[in-house]
Amino acid sequence: MKEKRRKNKRVIPGFGLSLGITITMLGLIVIIPLCSLVIFSAKLSLSEFIATVTRPRVLASYAVSFETAAIAAVIDAVMGMMIAWVLVRYDFPGKAFMNGIIELPFALPTAVAGIALTHLTSTKGWVGALFEQFGIEIAYTRLGITIALIFVGIPFVVRAVQPVLEKLDVQYEEAANILGANSRQTMFRVILPEIAPSLIAGFTMSFARGLGEYGSVVFIAGNTPYETEIAPLMIMSELQEFDYASATSIALVMLFAAFVILFVNAVVQSRASKIVNGIA
Amino acid sequence: MEIRKNSGVGKWILIGVSTVFLVVMLILPLVYVMATAFGEGIKVFMAAVTDEYALKAIGLTIKVTVIAVAVNTIFGMFASWCITRFQFKGKKVISTLIDLPLTVSPVIAGLIYVLTFGRQSILYPYLQKANMKVIFAVPGIVLATIFVTFPFISREIIPVLNAQGTDEEEAAALMGAKGFTIFRKVTFPHIKWALLYGIVLCTARAMGEFGAVSVLSGHLQGKTSTMPLYIEMLYQGYEYTGAFAVSAILVLMAVIILILKSVLEYKGKKEA
Repeated sequence: MKEKRRKNKRVIPGFGLSLGITITMLGLIVIIPLCSLVIFSAKLSLSEFIATVTRPRVLASYAVSFETAAIAAVIDAVMGMMIAWVLVRYDFPGKAFMNGIIELPFALPTAVAGIALTHLTSTKGWVGALFEQFGIEIAYTRLGITIALIFVGIPFVVRAVQPVLEKLDVQYEEAANILGANSRQTMFRVILPEIAPSLIAGFTMSFARGLGEYGSVVFIAGNTPYETEIAPLMIMSELQEFDYASATSIALVMLFAAFVILFVNAVVQSRASKIVNGIA
Repeated sequence: MEIRKNSGVGKWILIGVSTVFLVVMLILPLVYVMATAFGEGIKVFMAAVTDEYALKAIGLTIKVTVIAVAVNTIFGMFASWCITRFQFKGKKVISTLIDLPLTVSPVIAGLIYVLTFGRQSILYPYLQKANMKVIFAVPGIVLATIFVTFPFISREIIPVLNAQGTDEEEAAALMGAKGFTIFRKVTFPHIKWALLYGIVLCTARAMGEFGAVSVLSGHLQGKTSTMPLYIEMLYQGYEYTGAFAVSAILVLMAVIILILKSVLEYKGKKEA
């Protein structure tokens, strides 16, 4: 076996070249910058680090980021699942268009989305003027931040759930139906367990993206300290004052959060891929 | 049969809710950008986009996007060849590192480049000697853009190559074909739609990157200002029509990208 595998390696040419180029590029673009982050972090004293990340204004920015990203991801999960369901299961006029438009948030530069959503929801905009009559302000509040994050996160959920739903055989539902399950039982006992891993994957992706999002949020946020100041903006303002130590400290906490989310996502993804491949 | 009948009313409610959500969240902002950009007439729009600094921002965005896409295309092809065609230790680590930029906030991406090339870096004296300016200059913008779009192309190719297996390449190699010939004649036809798809996604992100570029650009008008940064500057200066006029170009690009994407997706599915 071992002999065979080693031979396998040599049959297709280009191992050395492709590995060399991959590692060189990875080194230049990802590894060296990451190392300099590690080197710089190592120079920070622990007390300084703790003092920076527990500043009330920084803590408040973490809270704003987590709260808005979590709410946006939940709404994206619900709406994304519904849209995926509609796209997979139903035929209706304009379906291809709906399918095509889902990835608009990936294609549209975040700054453009940011100014469009801000202008639209400010009290002079089409939507903002409407909601103002009910006393609801959207732009420059947390509600505005949440809406911007819903915008950037929606494709993650739809594109995570859609392929799994496509592979899900209608026969399961028919069997459940024949065995006497009502539509709610079918939904929660048959369909949801099957798509749950991909739904969680989509949720974590849109949550992680929301935590780090800057371009679309910075315009709509209003950036009032303690109220609508997001963590990436805190990093940005420290950078503008050339306070690299504070910026790095705040960033390390955000990176840690992102890695935890990445880890959870990796676990869920591997389960999801097993389901797609029909192993589990 | 009964399932279909049951969902008759529910079906249209779900379609309706989804449609309203997408129209309000996605289409309305697009329409709004266009309406504001052309609201004061085509002349004002043309004046805004042919402004000297606007043209320079457009030029820089094109330059940065072309370099980032070219670098990532080459990297993406070699990396996916390496990851899918060979078994070796550390493969998991490599693929994790390639995907890493996806989970890093753009602002943090900018930060790590500032730490690498900025004044407090150990590399700084050498850069100084070589008279190279990276941060607050165009090279920094290019590097940041490459970083944020780093995994885009390999991510599209790897699943296709994995699904296809290595039999065809092995057969070609055993019959004496050289590496590049195998790639061109055997592998490339399989991955061409995935590759183009990756290039389209990479282009979209590269031309629109804001956070990372914002950290590394010195915001020098006409020199280190890309289109998104230029839009920000106009918007902060209350020049709304100008900001939306330049945005309209990017909206148009986004629409083209979505159309290309749908076409490529369809072609890719048809061949698979």
